Amino acid sequence: MDDLSRFKQTYFDESAELMAVAEAGLLRLSPGDVDMDEVNAIFRAVHSIKGGAGAFGFSELVAFSHEFETVMDELRNGAIPVTTDLIDTLIRANDLLGQLLGYAGDETDPPPGLTDDTVAALRHALSANRNSPPQPVAESTAPPASATPDDEDDEAGIFGDALAAINAARADDDPSGTGSGSATADRVRWTIRFRPKNDLLLSGNEPAYMLRALRRLGEVNIHCHLDDLPALADLDAELLHLSWTITLTADASVGRDRIDDVFEFVADDCDLQISADAPLPAVVEPTAPAASAAAPPPARSEPAAVPAPPATQTTTPPATTAPAAAAQATTGKGDGAKTDGPTKPRGGNGGGDHGGLTTHTIRVDLDKIDRLVNMVGEMVITQAMIAEHLRDLPPGQFQELQEGLEQLAQHTRELRESVMSIRAQPVSSVFSRMPRLVRECAALTGKEVLLATSGENTEVDKTVVENLVDPLTHMIRNSIDHGLEGPEERERIGKPRAGTVHLSAQHRSGRIVIEVTDDGRGINRAKVLSKAIEKGLVQPGASLTDEEIDHLIFLPGFSTADQVSNLSGRGVGMDVVRRNISALGGRIGVYSTPGEGSRFVLSLPLTLAVLDGMVISVGEERFVLPLTNIVESLRPKPVDLHGLVNKCDVMMARGEYVRLVYLHRLFGIPKAVDDATRGLVVLVETEDGSRLGLVVDEVLGQQQVVIKSLESNFRRLDGVAAATILGDGRVALILDVAGLREMSRHTGDSDRARPAPTPALAGPSPSPRQRQTV
Amino acid sequence: MEPRVKKKVLTVDDSRTMRDMVSFTLRGAGYEVVEAADGQAAMTAIAASKVDLVITDLNMPVMDGLTLIRKLRAIPAHRSLPILMLTTEADDSKKAEGRAAGATGWIVKPFNPDKLISVVQKVCG
Repeated sequence: MDDLSRFKQTYFDESAELMAVAEAGLLRLSPGDVDMDEVNAIFRAVHSIKGGAGAFGFSELVAFSHEFETVMDELRNGAIPVTTDLIDTLIRANDLLGQLLGYAGDETDPPPGLTDDTVAALRHALSANRNSPPQPVAESTAPPASATPDDEDDEAGIFGDALAAINAARADDDPSGTGSGSATADRVRWTIRFRPKNDLLLSGNEPAYMLRALRRLGEVNIHCHLDDLPALADLDAELLHLSWTITLTADASVGRDRIDDVFEFVADDCDLQISADAPLPAVVEPTAPAASAAAPPPARSEPAAVPAPPATQTTTPPATTAPAAAAQATTGKGDGAKTDGPTKPRGGNGGGDHGGLTTHTIRVDLDKIDRLVNMVGEMVITQAMIAEHLRDLPPGQFQELQEGLEQLAQHTRELRESVMSIRAQPVSSVFSRMPRLVRECAALTGKEVLLATSGENTEVDKTVVENLVDPLTHMIRNSIDHGLEGPEERERIGKPRAGTVHLSAQHRSGRIVIEVTDDGRGINRAKVLSKAIEKGLVQPGASLTDEEIDHLIFLPGFSTADQVSNLSGRGVGMDVVRRNISALGGRIGVYSTPGEGSRFVLSLPLTLAVLDGMVISVGEERFVLPLTNIVESLRPKPVDLHGLVNKCDVMMARGEYVRLVYLHRLFGIPKAVDDATRGLVVLVETEDGSRLGLVVDEVLGQQQVVIKSLESNFRRLDGVAAATILGDGRVALILDVAGLREMSRHTGDSDRARPAPTPALAGPSPSPRQRQTV
Repeated sequence: MEPRVKKKVLTVDDSRTMRDMVSFTLRGAGYEVVEAADGQAAMTAIAASKVDLVITDLNMPVMDGLTLIRKLRAIPAHRSLPILMLTTEADDSKKAEGRAAGATGWIVKPFNPDKLISVVQKVCG
């Protein structure tokens, strides 16, 4: 089998995929609600791993996967019930299977005894959990009677009759007679059950002709069933009360179509079953007057019962088929007459993940895609530069050039979107890891937890997906550890014993929003506040809103767990989460209702490469505002402007007071417009829906900009998300609206007691005044 | 004599590894091999072009091997198409099931390449 060792890599690749399928399936299993398709898929996965392991001689793997497979097989047959213990055992088994694959891949022997415990648990599951004594399977184990002896050994076999039939057919196709089939053994035995409706004669048909026609096809043995024949006094001579079982032994060249032809005109007026006679399974033989022409007449208790054709091993009890057929006399028409019986086997297969033959995906090295993304980025800049130069040309001239450039802009945009979508991945790859985490956390804390997910197919840049794992892990742990109550407590306060953690993803205004919601006790604000004061994070006596208190949990070093548990409570959780999220250009917020639960909301950009922005000017500087944040821009009238006691300016916009932020003051830019009524106010909105009016000199226009990370090239700045290069070659900063809001709070609300640093959404802030444009 | 045309074998298995191994073995023995990942895909492949032999796994998603065999046997044109089942369980009941469904023969997995070739030659010429 050395030749085949070249397929080892394929095997390991495929096994890794199968392991993932099995794991996902196992994690979805739950007691009481068993999806058989799922169980079948897991069974097949283990089965395939075993099959390949055998081919490469990985004996440990074969032995173990066999144990695993046996339990899955019993499970899909319904012989053992799904219990929580069993699921745990199966998950352990799946992990172990992965380890064994690892050893096989490294070509090292697994440590002796590695599988012992799990094998014992699997076997225990089999013996302890049986629903009922194993069902005797009505399958023949007796060697079938065959006209032509089988050609077989341990590894392979050919059924004698079948081969003979094939050879005969081949000889038939080969008029020269040089075919290899011998003409002696190529006879096929058909069993035909013909049960006409009793008014068949009225339509002018004559069963005798049909029987005669069959005789022309080969050797026939006809048995007439008289069971339905009424007493002479009741006999209606115009009706037919007979039915027949015919055994036809014909040349293999006589196809089923020839038999069908005989009954062509009565197909709708009879119950007809035709089966090519595979030898009869032994267990069916004693009761069924089936294939054998010499079979005794059927017992009186089964009047003219048409037994199931042996070839199909139907599971329908004969008692229901016969009377039904007799009573309705409508069965067996059209297709029915040609049906060989049920085709769905025991433990049938439902939908699977594996599609057909062709795949529609290719694997591409990530570097290649990133080069492509980069080039598209540069192209976007170049296109912007051309547009910039063209603006200087006298209007009305170069009409075609203008139009061409518009098209170029359009195509560039589409190209950018296509390239970005290559890097996009559904968040399901992250979400799918969470059931396992939830299970482990639930076990560690002794809580009962249900995980619900939605929006798994929401797509976002691969980098974002990858960097979501840690934050989500922290957040879910946190929800289970701190948020959810224990089952007893929940019951006492009238909640279901099991807490629910809901994980969802959706696209919202050009970003992806991920929420982790639990139905636990909510944030204990009194506790959070006293902890924050104790740790010196908040001044004693400071008045904070509920929302501000809730956001204290994102401060570095904050932890309210009374005892440091195994799970969270190491005091690094939520502030690390916030840092990771803001490193991705995202934000996190929390909304909590005491007694009802908490909702953590993550908002992240869909791509990290380019963005649609609005270029604005302040003094000599240019800034870019993400288009997704902009609501509108307007020039306020003096009457709309109001100064507040704390020097915070607000503006009345659309019936709502909006805080004004003077960018030139915030960033210390000289020679800028200081009067909002002479400049412009750009109304922007943050993820949590709060609005802000940015006072700028001018709005220059909309543009796609390529995001150049400030952190990797310089350092992180508050209120600034990243930088970009404009069409004229100048560097412009891309503003972070939520960051600006936080900065403006410092400058504007300096007379109010505030926790420092700010408890909300921005990162640790250096003094705002130090900030200069690049 | 007719010109020698390569016989075409369809291997049906949900395991890529297994399909690859069967294909490799039979191509080496001078057969043309096409692949399908389940019974449904096999039906499509057979409808699309004539095959001389089908080698099918039993346990597959969408449509399993025994169903595939029965469906093929119900089509007059394929009543004498050789069909081998490639199976890990070759006990008598499995064999009887396969025979009843209309299989021509069986081969155990993992298979010995020489054995596979010899059985294929016997049924397919």
